[in-house]
Amino acid sequence: MKPWQKIVLYFVIAYFVLLLGPIAGFDLPRIVQDIIRSPSVLVTQLLVGLINGAIIAIIALGYTLVYGIIELINFAHGDLYMLGGFAALTVMGAFGMQDGAPFVTAIIPMLVALLVSAGLCAGLNVLTERYAYRPLRNAPRLAPLISAIGVSFIFQNLGLFWGGLKSFIPIMGNTAAAPKSFPDLLPRIDLLEAMGIQTKVDFTLKDLIVLVVAVSLMVGLNLFIQRTPAGKAMRAVAQNRDAAKIVGIDVDQVIVMTFLIGGALAGSAGLLVGLYNNTIVFTMGFTAGLRAFTAAVLGGIGNITGAMLGGVLIGLLSALSDQYLSSRWTDAWVFGVLVLILVFRPSGLLGENLQEKV
Amino acid sequence: MKAPLKRSVLTLSLLSLCVGCAGTTTTTTTTESPAASPEATTAASPADSTASAPTISTDGDVIIASSLPMTGSSLGQTQTIVNSIQLALDEVNSTVCDGQMKVGFRTFDDATAAAGKWDPAQVTSNSNTIAADSKIVAVIGTFNSGAAKLAVPIFNPSNLLMVSPANTYPGLTKPGTGEKNEPDVYYPDGKRNFARVVPADDLQGVIAANWSKNLGAQKVYILDDQELYGKGIADVYDKTAKEIGLEIVGREGINAKASDYRALMNKIKDLEPDLIYFGGITQNNAGQLIKDMRNVGMTDVKFMGPDGIFEQALIDAAGQDAEGVYATFGGIPPKELTGKGKEWYDAYKAKFNSEPEPYAAYGYEAAQVVLAGINEVCEADRDAIRQAVMETKDFPGLLGTWSFDENGDTTSTTMSGNVVKDGKWTFAETLDVK
Repeated sequence: MKPWQKIVLYFVIAYFVLLLGPIAGFDLPRIVQDIIRSPSVLVTQLLVGLINGAIIAIIALGYTLVYGIIELINFAHGDLYMLGGFAALTVMGAFGMQDGAPFVTAIIPMLVALLVSAGLCAGLNVLTERYAYRPLRNAPRLAPLISAIGVSFIFQNLGLFWGGLKSFIPIMGNTAAAPKSFPDLLPRIDLLEAMGIQTKVDFTLKDLIVLVVAVSLMVGLNLFIQRTPAGKAMRAVAQNRDAAKIVGIDVDQVIVMTFLIGGALAGSAGLLVGLYNNTIVFTMGFTAGLRAFTAAVLGGIGNITGAMLGGVLIGLLSALSDQYLSSRWTDAWVFGVLVLILVFRPSGLLGENLQEKV
Repeated sequence: MKAPLKRSVLTLSLLSLCVGCAGTTTTTTTTESPAASPEATTAASPADSTASAPTISTDGDVIIASSLPMTGSSLGQTQTIVNSIQLALDEVNSTVCDGQMKVGFRTFDDATAAAGKWDPAQVTSNSNTIAADSKIVAVIGTFNSGAAKLAVPIFNPSNLLMVSPANTYPGLTKPGTGEKNEPDVYYPDGKRNFARVVPADDLQGVIAANWSKNLGAQKVYILDDQELYGKGIADVYDKTAKEIGLEIVGREGINAKASDYRALMNKIKDLEPDLIYFGGITQNNAGQLIKDMRNVGMTDVKFMGPDGIFEQALIDAAGQDAEGVYATFGGIPPKELTGKGKEWYDAYKAKFNSEPEPYAAYGYEAAQVVLAGINEVCEADRDAIRQAVMETKDFPGLLGTWSFDENGDTTSTTMSGNVVKDGKWTFAETLDVK
């Protein structure tokens, strides 16, 4: 049997014998009927999945960048993104932004928030590298991993503390642990309707802005890594740290730069999610981090295009599962697909089959 | 990870049963390790810094304990319950039986910062500590029905009474409303040791469905947060809605940890309901649900929930989108109370200089009924106090005169419908079971 035939066979067995069909509501005839009944819903859901996927991808890039350079899974990255959201909300509060403020007046606060949250997260990430990871760089692999988990706890508690500062930052609401409302600043104008096209498909200006920002961040990063000398140095360190040192690349500097970029991406994602979902909470870093990490592994950890692909795939998968299966099974599906892909392609979709470095 | 955790919880609860047995016979005071009993210092809380200094001693001839989530976003509610209990104790100067016995009050926190809400392991460990302390003759709590499921069986073997100001899951007391083995599974010794001063969800679900119809809804979509409380109430809503002729276009459990519900809301939008009912609590992402419902363009669809979303935290989370959200509540909001209730409301405001949250009145009611029970017995006898309180009849409470029925449920059925207006919960109308 050819490999693809094997895969199909496994899927069929899983469908009929295991839990997928009867329990998780994976009832193909019904799903096909639903799609035929209202195809516009499918399009809307694909758009939702695409945007959510793009946001996941930005966070996933942080995991994959760091892993590519120093083979460390930076578990604190998700929580860093959460802190980015809190920084952005604080800036919004300082500018007195409220739900439904005119878009024009919101542009400057949003730009400031982008600078502050990206700057803060980049700074924090560099500090973390300097004091939590660098001393352990030559230690066994497990040590920095545990250190990363510790940093994640510190960040989470920092978020909890930050959320409780209502006497200084009134926008934080009354209780520290409660979700906080993020002002809704991007206009919810239906683009298709504004252009005179009558459809049931929803695509608002808000969706477009978030998508454009997310995609330009990813494209920018790709250009940076592929086209600039600094990017070249990063790729060199990723391939072989010692050889890079021999040709005169300052490895420490490259690693700091990687954490700087990763942190800035996390901060921007924090702002973006605040603006898109309009709620932030101190535990959101854990959930988002798990998904983003899954996306990075799915695409092949260490591979930048892979992280983007993985993010979008997970976004699409979740949206479709919410629509056609049941939202309570969405996580099961996402992680189930991860397991399946890792069984057949242990290095991820785009990952290269590297020999374990010693 | 999951399996060992489950096992350790099981072991803990088994252990607790044994500790519970020992608790009735032992006379020595058990020393509490600080890790096992993280007591919140009475009244001193960041949420209510204006509260007056604690006048209540944590020790006495008999002690009342409270077991509530004092960490996380439930704090807004639970702090006012604790305040209310203190108010009740203050009024009798912390003594009962004509000044013969001193009553102490201890608060236990059943939440952890990591969970952000009540934590099963914490509930079990607190309950064991409480059951082992023979001076504690009654517990006021818990806030969450899931927590009561764990605590009541731990207290049962030692005849320790628990009166809840907030648990509304029907299966805790009423046979035939929950799982097959409920409620007997919570009372391994056969004696009932749990009563509640708040009407159960089967009433709230019924009332919510009727109210939906009165508000003009015809097609409803039902969501729940897959927890004991939320799912229970959504089940009752589901059943009643079918009976009174509402069309149910869908029913689903949500993933409470999801970062957004845009896809789910798009799916619901396609089915064109005119009301979404959410059985659940604010802490399980109700705010995000409302935001995403408006985000996908369902601006004139109504959103209704039970008392689990009837708190300021929901408005904090949902912001402007909370406007027009409906919630039923198993009683009348403190501000709307009359007679005895009004006196209590004024006393509360005078003492703590803040607005009591909805459950505060029930905290007071629970404290009153427990104090009355102790007053009748005048001894540190858990079983006698349990019996005295469970047999409460025609009690003149804040919400009128009520009794405990044979299940330990209050006979009071008055509820209220509330709506968010200008960023605040406002009383809409009084609802009653027909």
